[in-house]
Amino acid sequence: MMDEGIELSLTIAQIIQRLRGSHLHSQIERQAKECLHQPDVKLESLKEDVRSFLKTSGWERKLQNAVYRELHIQLPPRHPPAPPEHLKEPLAYMRKAQASWEKRVLKSLNSMSTELGVPLAHMRPAAEQKELTNKWNEMGTDEPDLSRFRPVYAPKDFLEVLIGLRNPNHDSSEDISARSHWGLIQVPLNVRDIPHLREAYSELNLTSGQMGIDDHALIHPAVLCTHSLFCLHLSCVVVMEEDSAAAQQYSRQGCPTGLRADLWALILNATNQPQDVMHYEQLKAGVIQHNLLVDNLIYKDVKLTASNDDYYFVFEDFLYQVLLCFSRDTAVLEHFKYNSATPPKSYIQGEIISVIPFHGFSMYVAPLCFLYNEPSKLYNVFREMYIRYFFRLHSISSHPSGILSLCLQFERLLQTHLPQLFYHLRQIGVQPLRLAFKWMVRAFSGYLSTDQLLLLWDRILGYDSLEVVAVLAAAVFAFRAENLMEVTSLASAEAVLADLSTLKVMPLIQVFLFATAM
Amino acid sequence: MTPDDTKPVNFTVKAPVYLQIGDTKADTAHSGVCVVDVNLPFGKPVNIEEVTFKNYYTAYVTVRLLRRNPEQEAPAKWCTALRDLPLMDNPHTERGSQDYYTIHRTQMQVEPDHVVCVRLILRQPSLAWLTFSLEDIKIFPHTEPDPEKEVSDWLSDLTLIDQHPDLEGLPDPQTVSSSIQQMWALTEVMQTNQTTASIGRFDVDGCYDISLLSLT
Repeated sequence: MMDEGIELSLTIAQIIQRLRGSHLHSQIERQAKECLHQPDVKLESLKEDVRSFLKTSGWERKLQNAVYRELHIQLPPRHPPAPPEHLKEPLAYMRKAQASWEKRVLKSLNSMSTELGVPLAHMRPAAEQKELTNKWNEMGTDEPDLSRFRPVYAPKDFLEVLIGLRNPNHDSSEDISARSHWGLIQVPLNVRDIPHLREAYSELNLTSGQMGIDDHALIHPAVLCTHSLFCLHLSCVVVMEEDSAAAQQYSRQGCPTGLRADLWALILNATNQPQDVMHYEQLKAGVIQHNLLVDNLIYKDVKLTASNDDYYFVFEDFLYQVLLCFSRDTAVLEHFKYNSATPPKSYIQGEIISVIPFHGFSMYVAPLCFLYNEPSKLYNVFREMYIRYFFRLHSISSHPSGILSLCLQFERLLQTHLPQLFYHLRQIGVQPLRLAFKWMVRAFSGYLSTDQLLLLWDRILGYDSLEVVAVLAAAVFAFRAENLMEVTSLASAEAVLADLSTLKVMPLIQVFLFATAM
Repeated sequence: MTPDDTKPVNFTVKAPVYLQIGDTKADTAHSGVCVVDVNLPFGKPVNIEEVTFKNYYTAYVTVRLLRRNPEQEAPAKWCTALRDLPLMDNPHTERGSQDYYTIHRTQMQVEPDHVVCVRLILRQPSLAWLTFSLEDIKIFPHTEPDPEKEVSDWLSDLTLIDQHPDLEGLPDPQTVSSSIQQMWALTEVMQTNQTTASIGRFDVDGCYDISLLSLT
């Protein structure tokens, strides 16, 4: 409960500290120096003239975008008493659970290394390095023997951990809330119900136009043209103005296909500056020099998931190029110093690897390959998406976008608005969360058709939250409710929900949020 | 705002008293109300700047103060400084349950001066939790602010001040950098004003003589 003025000053100080010494800072300084040559910059009004120059040349906008990004990933400043781990995750028992999960994953990796006799990291011999450099763009043609390697963990293992989570101060002795015994998640987190969601996601209202529905060919051409043209024009303006905040607001109603790549890069402020390219090249050099055990896991994951997928198998090579670099990127860890949750990481013979992939991890990257074909740009966008959103899908935290909150929200939405369905499924021994978990943990990647998936991810970026994933999961159950009410076994329930590739996500979400009887 | 080096007041906290409903010990039920008394050092009434604590599943807190006015001979009086401040969004769910809080004197409804005792009344109406309390309670005394301090001083206190290293006889970096900048500007000017005239050799009668060189 701090004074607002104090909080603002602290936020400003934090952002200044983070941007000071950054590449943008030196670029702006250089620009400011160079503009001194301009005739309209006068000594008497030096400060204002330099300022207006920076404004008209677009540098002020770049600075705005950088500040905007910092605000996104920064935590609100708190009065000194709160220690850093509290800022990451306020609940002590969650911190403990996350730490023990991380330990378990690492132990699993270490025992795999011992079992297979493969070191966690070793330097590649010179011949191998040369070969890899030549083959960099076609690593998919390699067919290494990966039969001995198995994923460190699968989503269902993680689900068991989430189900077992208990608050030591929670009184579960009485049947105070029968609802908590219906579902699997036993942690009482704050999750939003439909009335609140309607307010928060008002742009998705049935009366507002959405990209992907209202530009469909079935609509009268005259209406279609005007609406589409308007949206296209608006998005062009947003991209030209290079305004991150406007791009984010715009994305809430979906991005036009041709401009999606630029809009997403703007929202994430993932510019492809020379130093970003250089950073990527450094990571690539690291991949060539050392072979990590984790690399084999990445290979295996890509081969098992993305390569088998009708939409994504063409991008196999890109996936290797991104994921192998990502697992070595210690800058990712830098980010987690000041943001919540720490993904499983380890020191391996002096090298830190940042993220230990699990089965299906490559599906976070695959959809992005449709938007970006330049490896370092693809890498930057993926990295931003990961540190803002995806890491929350496989970490234990109380964050509203964390997988635990999403699971609880899914269960609650179903229990509140489809109680008969929930009851029926429980009767036949099926827990709905066990069916929906694999969708949510991958943010539906690999389950929806790509164009629909990208429309969903538009909203994740637009609303800066993964809540839509939980809402969509509930909406899918609502859509298939009739069929689900008739099934009598787990296998048939799974069969009903097996194929989501024909679904149109936005109408489902809109109907669920705005047409459900209250 | 409290400067970082202000020390909290030393006080004793009595054991929290959880109010019970019911007559006999065997028949009691938790009422969801708990009272924590904080006795400030005897004979040294405090002017409170702020109260900080860490929450543990308390939903609402009421702050009452026992103040004794030193001038008047009247007995000390209790007053309510803050009533039912919500610490948890929803008493049944986790948000705010383990957060750190600060109650500043400006948030209080009365002036927290000459305070002898602080009484915190904690409420947790939800049956979801086994227990609730406040931890790590600290009370910071009010210090008279420097009258000249303005908002702009605030911001400069908060932003990083570059640490000037011990120079030990070396010239001041600022003057060096500004003179370098001047020289750089000179070179820029020279670059833009290049002429095709050749630079005449500074020799006299075919030989260089240092003493004849002049800088123009």
